[in-house]
Amino acid sequence: MKPLKRLVENVEPHFAEGGKWRKYWPLFDGFATFLFTPGHPTHKGAHIRDGIDLKRTMAMVILAMVPALLLGMYNVGYQHFLAIGEQAAFLDIFLYGMWKVLPLVIVSYGVGLGVEFVFCIIKGHQINEGFLVSGMLIPLVCPPDLPLWMLTVAVIFAVVIGKEVFGGTGMNILNVALTARAFLFFAYPADLSGDKVWISGVGDQVVNGYTGETALAQFAKTGGEVAGMGGQSFASQADFLWAGFIGLIPGSVGETSTLAILIGAAILIFTGIGSWRIMASVALGGLAMGYLLNGFSGSFPDNGYLAIPPYSHLIFGGFAFGAVFMATDPVTASQTPSGKYIYGFLIGVLAVIIRVLNPAYPEGMMLAILFMNVMAPLIDHYVVQGNINRRLKRVKLATHG
Amino acid sequence: MAKTIHLNKGLDIRLVGEAALKTEPASASDTVLIKPTDFVGIKPKTLVQAGDEVLAGSPLFFDKNNPEVIVVSPVSGEVVEIVRGPKRVLLGIKILADKTVRSLQLPQIDVQSADAETLIKFLCSHGVWAFIRTKPFDAVAFPDIKPSAVVVCGFDSAPLAPSVEFLLQGKEEAFKKGLEVLSKVSGRKVHLTTHAKANNAGWANAFSGTENVVFSGPHPAGSVSVQLHHIAPLNKGDFAWYVQAEDVARIGTLVSESRFDGSRRIALTGSSINNPMYLDAVIGSSMAALLKDQKMADTEFGNRVISGNVLTGDKVGQDGYLGFYHHQVTVIPEGKHREFFGWAAPGFDKFSLSRTFFSWITPSKKYALTTNMHGEHRAFVVTGEYEKVFPMNIFPVHLLKAIHNGDIEQQENLGIYEVSPEDFALCEFVCTSKIESQAMVRAAHDLLYGEWVDSRKEPVHH
Repeated sequence: MKPLKRLVENVEPHFAEGGKWRKYWPLFDGFATFLFTPGHPTHKGAHIRDGIDLKRTMAMVILAMVPALLLGMYNVGYQHFLAIGEQAAFLDIFLYGMWKVLPLVIVSYGVGLGVEFVFCIIKGHQINEGFLVSGMLIPLVCPPDLPLWMLTVAVIFAVVIGKEVFGGTGMNILNVALTARAFLFFAYPADLSGDKVWISGVGDQVVNGYTGETALAQFAKTGGEVAGMGGQSFASQADFLWAGFIGLIPGSVGETSTLAILIGAAILIFTGIGSWRIMASVALGGLAMGYLLNGFSGSFPDNGYLAIPPYSHLIFGGFAFGAVFMATDPVTASQTPSGKYIYGFLIGVLAVIIRVLNPAYPEGMMLAILFMNVMAPLIDHYVVQGNINRRLKRVKLATHG
Repeated sequence: MAKTIHLNKGLDIRLVGEAALKTEPASASDTVLIKPTDFVGIKPKTLVQAGDEVLAGSPLFFDKNNPEVIVVSPVSGEVVEIVRGPKRVLLGIKILADKTVRSLQLPQIDVQSADAETLIKFLCSHGVWAFIRTKPFDAVAFPDIKPSAVVVCGFDSAPLAPSVEFLLQGKEEAFKKGLEVLSKVSGRKVHLTTHAKANNAGWANAFSGTENVVFSGPHPAGSVSVQLHHIAPLNKGDFAWYVQAEDVARIGTLVSESRFDGSRRIALTGSSINNPMYLDAVIGSSMAALLKDQKMADTEFGNRVISGNVLTGDKVGQDGYLGFYHHQVTVIPEGKHREFFGWAAPGFDKFSLSRTFFSWITPSKKYALTTNMHGEHRAFVVTGEYEKVFPMNIFPVHLLKAIHNGDIEQQENLGIYEVSPEDFALCEFVCTSKIESQAMVRAAHDLLYGEWVDSRKEPVHH
């Protein structure tokens, strides 16, 4: 480490004020602070500071996503071999999945960080760590066989239009990863919906009984007696729910396993990084709306989605992933404590409304979060206004009473 | 039965180097520096020149905005230097102190029979009024404005802060007298605040004419603005008074012994001090005198000598001087070290409000924190952090945004008059993006205070 430290310290003057590579200082700073924590002491204000910084925060979020990533990799292989009807060993299954998922992760990070570096050099900013999380979120919400060029276009769109035009990390209105996902969904709908995109490497060689419908669509059609998903069949509704909870059903890379996501949620809540207020209220909102709509299932027998057990909304699709990793993005969520409850609850409500009443969109969660991202400042405005009104009322009492 | 107010929000930063409850006389301070810069928003005008002989209690300077209030010398000796900065701004009055303090003999005053006006004049002209400060702004109180509340805080909750009970040891009678005077000049009952966990939790009941309010919970429970927020919230135009407990005793001594007591017991704290303890020194003591008998830790990047505590104190250096209101000196190691992959390390040695470092395993461990920033300045990203250490019904982030935008109406709406810069010290400490919010609040207060002073529009003659 010593020689490396010396190297960093030796080249630093070239990037400092007046150095010949001053322009590339953000680049140097990005790498230097990745290798070594910055050695800056405090100058004004509090003389000591909390050990935490944005790098540590982002590292924790990535750590929380690792269970979902690993299980996602395994599941990509698992679904593939089931669909083509082949037996495979555990390691083969995992390696297949890794072979499919890793390029997505690498391209997402490579392209996204590349764009960030360019913007930082142009603007002379330091590299912000925001994309470290977005770069992992994006592959986790994509189908495993997504062409890499599409991913590239989506990442560039999300970073430039979703974030940099607003001023970079901390300034964006919409969640960056969801901006990428929404871009893909609306720009290349054929590659992000339909029967085959959720399972990797299936051409025409599928097993008998293969079905590519989403879990909720299955549920809605059969009213609980589930035949199967992808290449697997289920004996009972409980088996199906269990598979959905563990994550061994087709879907986007990282969002199938509710269990892995819950482990992530536990890490985020325990470390104090993720807002439990938002996570809990999203779940509550989803359940509340689910039960409400479920009450109308007798009146509208044509819509099978009304009859779905309401709690299954929390297990299938992107609901859990969105609640834990997307809705909690502090930059795009409500910032006030009570605003977070409202924001989260409405995300849950909207996601279920879209899923049940407009089943043509399997992306209820994505749309709900993006919509509430836009509404979050409005929620905060009213929460803050409430505080202001209480203060004004107190002044009035003091002057008249 | 005293009222108890429980505060859940806040943070006690557990540091190494708490002062042991023993005290010694400090080495005689050869020079003493009284700094007008320790007073908020003043326009100082000096009353002495280099070469003048002064006694403890002799006038040194006054504020042109608040000319009745005189700041006096804490020691006897010779004025050796009038320290001036750019544009001849008065930065300090340096006095070469005598070995034994000779006090200016003041006229006798009877608190019982004197009316409030006479008493106020007496306190103003003999140096103790300068210890009465106001919320908002933390400026010296204007004698002609009656306060909306008076708070004397009986504890200090800041990191490594001294035990206020120990600071008052032997001065109980003077303290009692001081409370009586405060009550008389303010025309209000004095709120004497204590902490549920401190030894003096019950002692506050012993003082008649005061109302004891007990607080419980972590720092900043000892912040007067936090206390006022829960006792008697400030509206625009209100001024509350607050006085540090030892300075209340100083007021008591002035009226009962007819002399200005310039002594100041301080806590010498911090991980770089080998023998953290208390010292009986004087206001404005030199760090050289205070640290003379201490062996400082030999650290890679040297030590930082702070007058005050680690959250709100001033970096004065080893050749600096004790701040006018400070009763604590903290010495901690400078932290300019770079740590290899520090963001990924387990971090058993890192203190954090979050549980992102494995230091959560040791919830009662004390830390020898350095001055390292632990990161770089970033745009504001993480929400909900400040709220965890801000025990007031105020939105700290939105208030800071209003300050950042220069929107005074919104600042007032969001409670700018109820906060002090020190209330944001913990926000600054916990901030993931390393945003320095104390200075922002200070700047906002300076602007508002300046406007308020101008609005008084009284021609100043002296």
